[in-house]
Amino acid sequence: MEKPEYLFKNGKRLDGRKLDEFRKMKIKVDVIDNAEGSAEVEFGKTRVVAAVYGPRELHPKHLVMSDRALLRAHYDMLSFSVEDRKRPGPGRREVEISKVLSEAFRSVVALDRFPRTGIDVFVKVVQADASTRITGLNAASVALAHAGIPMRSMVTGVTFGKIYDDKGKTYMAVDVFKPEDQWGMADVAYAKAWNTGEVVLLQMDGDVTKEEFMEGKKMADKAMEYVYKEQVKALKSVYEVE
Amino acid sequence: MSNNILRKNIIDLLKGGQRIDGRGLDDFRKISIQTGVVEKAEGSALVNIGSTQVIVGVKMDVGEPFPDTPGEGVLMTGAELTAMSNEEFERGPPGEDAIEIARVIDRTIRESKVVPVEKLGLDDGKVWMVFVDMYTMNADGNLIDAGTLGAMAALMTARMPKYEDGKVIREPGKALPVTGKAVAATFAGINGHILVDPEEREESVMDARLTIGMRDGKIVALQKGGNGSFTDEQIEGMFDRALAHEKKLLKHLK
Amino acid sequence: MAKKIVTPGETIVEGMDYLPGDGTYRSGPEIRAEILGLADIRDRLVKVIPLSGRYMPKRDDPVIAIVTGVRYNMWELDINSPYDAMMLAGEATDRFIDLRKEKLSKYFSVGDALICKIIRVDETMSVFVTAKGPGLRKITDGKIIEVEPSKIPRIIGKNASMIKMIKEYTGVKMFVGQNGRIWLDGGNQELAVKVIREIEKKAHTDGLTDTIKEILEKEGEKHGEA
Repeated sequence: MEKPEYLFKNGKRLDGRKLDEFRKMKIKVDVIDNAEGSAEVEFGKTRVVAAVYGPRELHPKHLVMSDRALLRAHYDMLSFSVEDRKRPGPGRREVEISKVLSEAFRSVVALDRFPRTGIDVFVKVVQADASTRITGLNAASVALAHAGIPMRSMVTGVTFGKIYDDKGKTYMAVDVFKPEDQWGMADVAYAKAWNTGEVVLLQMDGDVTKEEFMEGKKMADKAMEYVYKEQVKALKSVYEVE
Repeated sequence: MSNNILRKNIIDLLKGGQRIDGRGLDDFRKISIQTGVVEKAEGSALVNIGSTQVIVGVKMDVGEPFPDTPGEGVLMTGAELTAMSNEEFERGPPGEDAIEIARVIDRTIRESKVVPVEKLGLDDGKVWMVFVDMYTMNADGNLIDAGTLGAMAALMTARMPKYEDGKVIREPGKALPVTGKAVAATFAGINGHILVDPEEREESVMDARLTIGMRDGKIVALQKGGNGSFTDEQIEGMFDRALAHEKKLLKHLK
Repeated sequence: MAKKIVTPGETIVEGMDYLPGDGTYRSGPEIRAEILGLADIRDRLVKVIPLSGRYMPKRDDPVIAIVTGVRYNMWELDINSPYDAMMLAGEATDRFIDLRKEKLSKYFSVGDALICKIIRVDETMSVFVTAKGPGLRKITDGKIIEVEPSKIPRIIGKNASMIKMIKEYTGVKMFVGQNGRIWLDGGNQELAVKVIREIEKKAHTDGLTDTIKEILEKEGEKHGEA
């Protein structure tokens, strides 16, 4: 795809959304039988599955901590989740994303309850249309709660970016999708422990002023409430009496 | 958790022709196949056999042919036993089980010649590379048959990208040529009893395993696994049973 | 009254006169849920009853363990928990075992299932069990099913009322381990498994005893006190 002339025109983004509008979102809980907890989250065409195993015995042994559990997220994409086939197995990008996802959860989960163990959170991107790490984070949060892991808060994330119109004017927009991720001027991944308000994940690449960032963040905070409510609704629906 | 009581339960039930989940010795679990589940893939399928679930996708690219087969496309099959699909599976590069599973699926697809690789050459000497990748989502036994069904369904529904002026254009073009349908049936031997489509608990106590890949009433691939063995009669019996299953399995591939 | 389902971080009540119990924590004046579960407020004590999660070993819990290793002077056991358990030679039987003359595998070997009791859990979560005591033994017959450990209290019922009822209507012999493993032998096991699965599915609902009793009355027959 060539660089488009605009990403925003007549109050609409390329997929018809307004600047503060989320893509169609779906959350399904309990999608993997064998896991302690699992969830699938869709943000538009981006679809990610998360599964939690543990607390359980931790390997290799040198990682074992005597006073707490080691939580590790393992992010990866299916080879056919993207346009050009991705070589199977995690590369440098996947390793970095796994690290920031792990760290996003470590201050929130009550790891001291499970000394000497490991908690594994597997995050698999089934289909990628941008915002995959944040979609994965939202799925991981639901999967951890579903697994009965104690945590002070749900973790909730959204992305926002900077896009342009045909006159070169720029705008901030929430929940970026592929063309905006590829051609936009900035792309922010942002997550909070929603119930306590702490920022637990923040990554950006691009070029923004402080004012632009704050404007995007304000929209993102509002969108985050919507995502959080969907997470809670999905979790509760598992136990609603049929 | 495999334990002696489970093994005893499974064997006691088999003596009476029964299985731990209530099936007969020659019954597959319920099979369902959904195709077109990943838009970004050229072809894709989600397969359930009981609570075993695998997702298979086909991606295509243009590359160089193997030196000994100029003008022929390249078919590659991979499998990942994801650590998210079973407590027992470990992270990291594919282990011997994953490699065996991928190669057995590959063998059935390749030897059945359902994908005519000779038609996948391009005018400039390059060829189409067809990558078939399977991932386990929930592993509860018999991943080979599930993966073979998934590979077949994904290939049958794959749309080739376009190739113009030496560039791959990722827009769904014409259908990938597929000239037939291949399937596999896997049997487990437990204490002299032979049962089809073993679930995980059965695999955990089985002595030996035989996978039979088939096309059009003929056997195209075989793989015996496990530390135990089969008798001549058992193998002949499995051939007959497998060929009867072929027809039933084909009904899931439309 | 039906209990409310809460999710981690959700505020359950506000007020300094409430006490945070299991599955909750205090944040300023608020008591919040720490796990997904059912909020339970009794006499100012706020708890969340879990709906999922792994079994965490506690002293005096009866459990069903599977032998995973036999060492010179002890067994290693899987107790369906993040932590393995150990059983020292002296906890296997009342008889004296002379380790110089006997191998421990003569008593229990890898793959054996044992009904045992947790006698000690130390601060590093080293877990010790015993097979000595009334009802504790190696399992040689029947079958073992696994359920979610968080559902065990409902399968047992108040004062073991649910177990009694299942035994009464199905005639099975039954032992419920706190670690989510249940041993069944004899009687109408099919019906017993069916109602156990039903309890597991509806563990968080009201009127569970009546629902189960209805199934048992319809499909089972009274066997008298088991």
